[in-house]
Amino acid sequence: MELSTRSMDTTHKTVEVKPKTKIRKSILAHIVLSLIGLVFIAPFVWLFLSALKTPQEIFQFPPSIFPEKPQWNNFIRTFETMPFFQYTLNTLFLCAANIVGQLISSPLTAYSISKIKWKGRNVVFGIIIATMILPGQVTMIPVYIIFAQLGWVNTYLPLTIGAFFGSAFNIFLLRQFIMGIPNELSEAARIDGASEIRIFWQIIYPLLVPPLATITIFTFSGVWNDFMGPLIYLNDDRLWTITLGLQGFMSQHGGEWELLMAGSAIFTIPSVILYFIGQKNIMKAGSSLTSFK
Amino acid sequence: MPWAMRHNGLTLKRSHKQFWLGLGFASPFIIGFLLLTVIPFLQSLYFSFTEYDIFTKPKWIGLENYVNIFHDERFYKALTNTSYMAFIAVPITLVANLLIALLLNIKVKGIAFYRTVYYLPTVVPAIATSILWLWILNPDMGILNNLLRSLGLPDPAWLLDPNFTKPSLIIMGLFASGGGALIYLAALQGIPKEFYEAASIDGANWWHKLRYIILPALSPVTLFQLIMGLIGAFQIFTESFILTNGALGGPDQSMLFYAVYLYNEAFVNLNMGYASALAWILFVIVVLITIVIFKTSLRWVYYGGE
Repeated sequence: MELSTRSMDTTHKTVEVKPKTKIRKSILAHIVLSLIGLVFIAPFVWLFLSALKTPQEIFQFPPSIFPEKPQWNNFIRTFETMPFFQYTLNTLFLCAANIVGQLISSPLTAYSISKIKWKGRNVVFGIIIATMILPGQVTMIPVYIIFAQLGWVNTYLPLTIGAFFGSAFNIFLLRQFIMGIPNELSEAARIDGASEIRIFWQIIYPLLVPPLATITIFTFSGVWNDFMGPLIYLNDDRLWTITLGLQGFMSQHGGEWELLMAGSAIFTIPSVILYFIGQKNIMKAGSSLTSFK
Repeated sequence: MPWAMRHNGLTLKRSHKQFWLGLGFASPFIIGFLLLTVIPFLQSLYFSFTEYDIFTKPKWIGLENYVNIFHDERFYKALTNTSYMAFIAVPITLVANLLIALLLNIKVKGIAFYRTVYYLPTVVPAIATSILWLWILNPDMGILNNLLRSLGLPDPAWLLDPNFTKPSLIIMGLFASGGGALIYLAALQGIPKEFYEAASIDGANWWHKLRYIILPALSPVTLFQLIMGLIGAFQIFTESFILTNGALGGPDQSMLFYAVYLYNEAFVNLNMGYASALAWILFVIVVLITIVIFKTSLRWVYYGGE
């Protein structure tokens, strides 16, 4: 009895009331979404607004929201007060080397544990998962000592060589993707007598563009943002990355907030651009990461 | 299977070939794992029983480092601060991630735009975020305290007040909840519509739906985020380093986190042995936490499908 009245109620709603409540609901949703969205974006906007102020305006009381006269000059001054250009080149070099390393090594390993049937592949997969939770601090000190004994401190080798061994996270991401590629493709080539390396390189690798794009972006931002690695290995300020440069600038010119903001803004822009380029891939990676198969 | 029997020799040979092939393809990772993980891992255990400053040979001192650590006030300070971030900040962040995900799951026009906006702060590099917040939270000049004062609200000294440093970090972290929210969102969108419809017919309200459909369906993702969050909490470094401007731990060492203390002992004081012992204690803590979470997860994580 009760059930039937309720179902009558709903049919009633769909006929008359629904369009109106639906509009009201979506207006409410837009209001909530934009208010919280404004809060989320506010610090980000503040970074760019502060970067455009004069030294006087930035300390002005009460503070102005928008700069009176945007000081585009601040961005140029950042490059003049510290060797920001050199730091950018250094950081880009490190990013490129790491990306190349990851794009070679991670797919090879991922292919091995997903398409080649061999004893031990489950062991390797287990190890890969386990290293994802191993804190880097545990191996950091001996690794530093090894590199120091090789005379690699103050070179880029310690900050790039690791990428050529692949990373657990990337291998896992690629494995999830390769598992979804049908075996028929490689089987046909195998019957035609193609070697495994040819199958991998000519058939599988070209299909990996979406996850490889994601890995490129993740690797770029990982290296671009890395602070602890360069801090440990790079003492010579000609080799510094942007993160070290910004930190050095902060400890020397702590009060010049407009320049610090300008430097931070320039440093942030490539990450934002890259995000817009790779948006779709990142979202997909996010969902495939959590679906264990 | 007679066919298989007849070709036994061949399959054996083939599986042999497959083994070397598989090993060959996996060799970049395996070599790296041996050189940069296994060997250093064991070495660091050895170093943890020595006194070692890099320049002279390591000197075996048995358990002395570990004994000293258990009498080290800074160790406890670092552990307490880190636990605060792990067990208070991480749950807060997870709840925020979920709420944002639910918000971004509303079906309205232009939702893709909102998703982009909410995700944007997570793209900003940690060092830029830290410098920015140092300015926003500046007790005198910062925009936040200016705002709070104009509203007649209390204006704490944030990063200069030991009681407010960690809450400041939590607030900063909340702005990055777009990342975790997107992972939740992907899972939310995987929940079949029929579940909600069936629940509605049974007279379920929004709370029932959250409690009995959404939370169980999201529980594997929650497990993933919880473990990653806890491990991340034990590695907080850059934020503390920048926000304290290199002064170890900042006001009253309230931002002396485990990774910061470990870095300081290893690379500033060159106590490599002592720092290795700290690293091993960290390793044991992380393993224990992971085991405990996985064990309890059997009770609260719901795997659909099989």
